[in-house]
Amino acid sequence: MNDSLQQHTIKAASKIALDNRSKALRRLVVQALDGGGRGHIGSSMSLIEILRILYDDVLTYRAHEPNWDGRDRFILSKGHGCLAQYVLLADKGFFDVAELEKFCRAGSFLGGHPEAAKVPGVEASTGALGHGLPIAVGMALAARIKGVKNRVFVVTGDGEMDEGSNWEAMMSAVKHKLDNLVLAIDYNKIQSYGPTSEVLDLEPLMDKLTAFGFSTLQINGHDKIAIRSAFNNLPKAPGKPTAVLCHTIKGKGISFAEGDPTWHHKSRVAPNVIAAMYEELSHA
Amino acid sequence: MRKTCINHVYKLAKRDPRVVFIGSDLGPGLLDEMKQEMPSRWFMEGVSEQHCVGMAAGLALEGFVPYFNTIATFITRRCFEQVAVDLCLHDLPVRLIANGGGLVYAPLGPTHLAIEDIAIMRALPNMTIFCAADADEMTRFMDASLDWPHPIYIRLAKGGDPVISTDAHGFKIGKAITHREPSEITFITNGIMVGRCLAAANYLKVEGIEAGVINMHTVKPLDEVSVLNAADASSLIVTVEEHIRSGGLGTAVAECIADNDCETPVCRLGLPDKFPEDYGSQDHLLSQAGLTPENIAEQARTRLGNTIKRIV
Repeated sequence: MNDSLQQHTIKAASKIALDNRSKALRRLVVQALDGGGRGHIGSSMSLIEILRILYDDVLTYRAHEPNWDGRDRFILSKGHGCLAQYVLLADKGFFDVAELEKFCRAGSFLGGHPEAAKVPGVEASTGALGHGLPIAVGMALAARIKGVKNRVFVVTGDGEMDEGSNWEAMMSAVKHKLDNLVLAIDYNKIQSYGPTSEVLDLEPLMDKLTAFGFSTLQINGHDKIAIRSAFNNLPKAPGKPTAVLCHTIKGKGISFAEGDPTWHHKSRVAPNVIAAMYEELSHA
Repeated sequence: MRKTCINHVYKLAKRDPRVVFIGSDLGPGLLDEMKQEMPSRWFMEGVSEQHCVGMAAGLALEGFVPYFNTIATFITRRCFEQVAVDLCLHDLPVRLIANGGGLVYAPLGPTHLAIEDIAIMRALPNMTIFCAADADEMTRFMDASLDWPHPIYIRLAKGGDPVISTDAHGFKIGKAITHREPSEITFITNGIMVGRCLAAANYLKVEGIEAGVINMHTVKPLDEVSVLNAADASSLIVTVEEHIRSGGLGTAVAECIADNDCETPVCRLGLPDKFPEDYGSQDHLLSQAGLTPENIAEQARTRLGNTIKRIV
């Protein structure tokens, strides 16, 4: 593992400026946060570019036929980041954007963690961590048994990688040579209590992923070109699942939330703070 | 019984391309024929049970019917969250084949004794729980399991016990089997306790007490009609289970009776609320818990006497 490359990528993630689409998507996150009165804001903001590129350029799907057999499967294993996924699903027409304001409210189908039976475009109900990758292995095996070409993408959080079930599933994915499986880790380096380096250090994470047998790469998780390049031309190595370590900034785009663990989840956000968020995310 | 169950997975797999088998780290040679004939639908995943349940969920979400086999305590204790969230919340047709239900692994000690497995599984919405009385009943169940649209916990009992079920009883998931018509006392039981309750009923008959025996092979969903019919016809319901007295079959029957304003007394026989302290055989531990036919008859007779005294 090249440490200086990692440090360079981490720095680049903090410097990258957001374009208008990235800001518009983040404004929708704020809209849902405001509507629901709560949300995992920091955990969702770090995900926006990863999900944006997946839904814009990488995944095959039909928004009006969410269960279409030929679709790529996407599982947000860090279910608490669902505001980011809801925003992309609404943006793509899986459901009406107006639903976002009902986030977490009684009668809404958009809960604080995504449920497959309720939300069009959500493949598996997540929220308890360490579940998405084993399910994805099952889906990737299903595609192989059926002889179909769809791929399976999973996004986990970094704190989520503390869960042992992920590492069980990784061994299995490598054993079965699942090159139709892609794991992306949203490595914003802050979990609920504080820095991952202090709570339960994952380093050297790239080395671990590689040692487990994945084809690995690390990118700036806010750099659209880097993300697109990582997710295109898969698999990176025939016969191997791919792991993309995405260096991101928790709370990216909201200066006063960036890198602050207290913004992992927020409730009762004051109107002036909401206004400040909108202001930071206004169009250039 | 275990062999019957596992071999039946192969039979079902030949019949239906949706069937897949997943084992954790089981004995050498397990389902070799299936492995040779349909390698893409046979998996031995290692000591990674949480992953196995999730993987089974992923396969089921894609239309497959996975049969996952490992030891009962590993499914129920270790994988509870995977079973709850991945299987029950999604309501997927995954079958959990649980080796060593109850006290089967007596020599191996409390880490392997599934004494509260049914209580754990009963707490989960959408879960179906099946406890076979013998190998023949297992065969009938396995055929019925193929198209059941929900997750199933399949509790394996000891192999080689006398066969007491017959084709004439038929088989339907969720429908109890009456071995002896409800009478003054009616035993509601399952697993290898069915045979012991039939023997207990014989002891009671000698003493002039008629006893019915109902095999409640499906603990969830409970056949409430059979429970209430038995309660109406009996002075005393006696539940007998190879499981702690709380949370299992006896609790399910007592809840049913209470919820339906039925006043028939219920006597719950089972294991005490503690981890077994001894080793030896399943029979030995069952004897310690008072679950021999003689003891079952004795406890039922005593309780019936108390009940009658109270009524008088």
